[in-house]
Amino acid sequence: MSSLSRDEVAKLAGLARIEMSEEELVSLSKEFTVILDAVARVQEVASADVAPTSHPLSLRNVFRPDVVVPSLSPEDALSGAPAQEDQRFRVPQILGEE
Amino acid sequence: MIRNSASQMAAKLASGETTSVALTQAHLDQIKAVDDKVHAFLFVDKKGALEQAAQVDAKRAKGEKLLPLAGVPLALKDVLAQKNKPTTCGSKILEGWLPPYDSTVVANLKKNDIIILGKTNMDEFAMGSSTENSAYGPTHNPWDLSRIPGGSGGGSSAALASFEAPLAIGTDTGGSIRQPAAVTGTVGVKPTYGGVSRYGLVAFSSSLDQAGPCARTVLDTALLHEAIAGYDPKDATSINAPIPQVVKAAKEANVKGMKIGVVKELNGDGYQPGVRARFEEALELLAKAGAEIVEVSAPNFEYALAAYYLIAPSEASSNLARFDAMRYGLRVGDIDGASAESVMNLTREVGFGKEVKRRIILGTYALSSGYYDAYYGSAQKVRTLITQDFTQAFTKADVLVSPTCPTTAFKIGEKANDPLAMYLNDIATIPVNMAGIGGMSLPAGLADEDGLPVGFQIMSPVMKDERMYSVGGALEAALLSKWGAPLLDRAPKLEASK
Repeated sequence: MSSLSRDEVAKLAGLARIEMSEEELVSLSKEFTVILDAVARVQEVASADVAPTSHPLSLRNVFRPDVVVPSLSPEDALSGAPAQEDQRFRVPQILGEE
Repeated sequence: MIRNSASQMAAKLASGETTSVALTQAHLDQIKAVDDKVHAFLFVDKKGALEQAAQVDAKRAKGEKLLPLAGVPLALKDVLAQKNKPTTCGSKILEGWLPPYDSTVVANLKKNDIIILGKTNMDEFAMGSSTENSAYGPTHNPWDLSRIPGGSGGGSSAALASFEAPLAIGTDTGGSIRQPAAVTGTVGVKPTYGGVSRYGLVAFSSSLDQAGPCARTVLDTALLHEAIAGYDPKDATSINAPIPQVVKAAKEANVKGMKIGVVKELNGDGYQPGVRARFEEALELLAKAGAEIVEVSAPNFEYALAAYYLIAPSEASSNLARFDAMRYGLRVGDIDGASAESVMNLTREVGFGKEVKRRIILGTYALSSGYYDAYYGSAQKVRTLITQDFTQAFTKADVLVSPTCPTTAFKIGEKANDPLAMYLNDIATIPVNMAGIGGMSLPAGLADEDGLPVGFQIMSPVMKDERMYSVGGALEAALLSKWGAPLLDRAPKLEASK
């Protein structure tokens, strides 16, 4: 039986950048025991001789001609920005202080 | 007038019997009259719709040559970007966001002079089968307001069934067009993957997502299909080939000599008796219309649901990483000295609902090192097996059929706390998305035990979408002559209900 502990859920939530309450961590951990059991069924038929399919169309490297076409103006591109400054996105501190 | 089909409305517009402004106003009035009960719309664009209608009327008055659906109103699922109109995907994280561009589907609607009435409700980021996962509250099924209208596109299906719009756009990742159509007695088509551009469709699971047409008749669905389909260089997965001739097929509605394959695995145990009865009846009508009914087997379909709930969350965990509070959408916790990471964490906690979080965590797990091969990798192999089952089945039949869903519409709240029971709704619709083929649901009647609509699903090979319309058109005609009136005439009148 597959399962996921409260601490494992907390680690995944950190990787997925979602803050979670203790209550959410515990309830998700319980639900995952059931969900993982159900989805683990794929392993019954996924033998080594079956090739994986990632996509319904077998496409590779779709390119367009290298010509300049109109794109969003800076005003439009910034129109949904939570904060902006000098025609740029203003974001919280990304790098730690050295 | 609002109970007409879109093609009847188009004919009245062409003959001058009515105007697009009058038609649009009639639908806006209906929305005003019933949408407090149904809650199909998240945003009604009264001003924009009437302006667009006036422009179409002016073009017509000048004698300009117009496309078939010009001037007919439509409801747009809130997952498609429309320039300067709210586009929330049913999520708090996009509340108030105004896209700076049109999706290709919207650009095509505008090119066809189809009037966009507003944006319809949906499960958050299209994750769900009931529209209960919308951050803005559930939509109610016009057949019984205590029941779900399907999902994720429950707003679009409910708008059609309550005569708020004759046309709607949906998107289908695992059944989000077809299951809502089935439980509301309307028609919905998931075109071949790549048949309709995904540019500007907010991505949930990119290898499965497909936008498509919804309406109350097969012909209306076909007309809308041709209006939105076609190659788009802005979508790298768009198929560069002529649009299948679906309008011609819907009009001819000819199944003589066609082989219709009943998928053995998508029937029987777990399917409600009334669903099975209407399905069997539909098969008899198709046989009478000249089709040959054969049985086909797809042994790997039983693994489709498990594979889907690994592939779709995996892709979603990656796609939804874009909601990082940096460039658009909600930003929470941006106080002096807060790090970007803490702002992301807090924003995504508040901005995403429970099901979205559940799927992001599941996807993150399935893709994490040490588990990738066992989960995501195995699911990809199942995808190969399902595609092979379809290839095999299509050597024996021109189209495949099944009930669209195992049951009729369930009660709001009934499955809200049981994700696995909820996921089972999609058992018959998911294989189509895995293989990227076409799928249609159309009404097959009402289940005897509860008097609720039952959907009949038709599946066609890649870029042979016209076959679904041939079969759908023939079945619709046979059922209409049996019933004497469209199925929706039997739905309760919302205007009179309390």
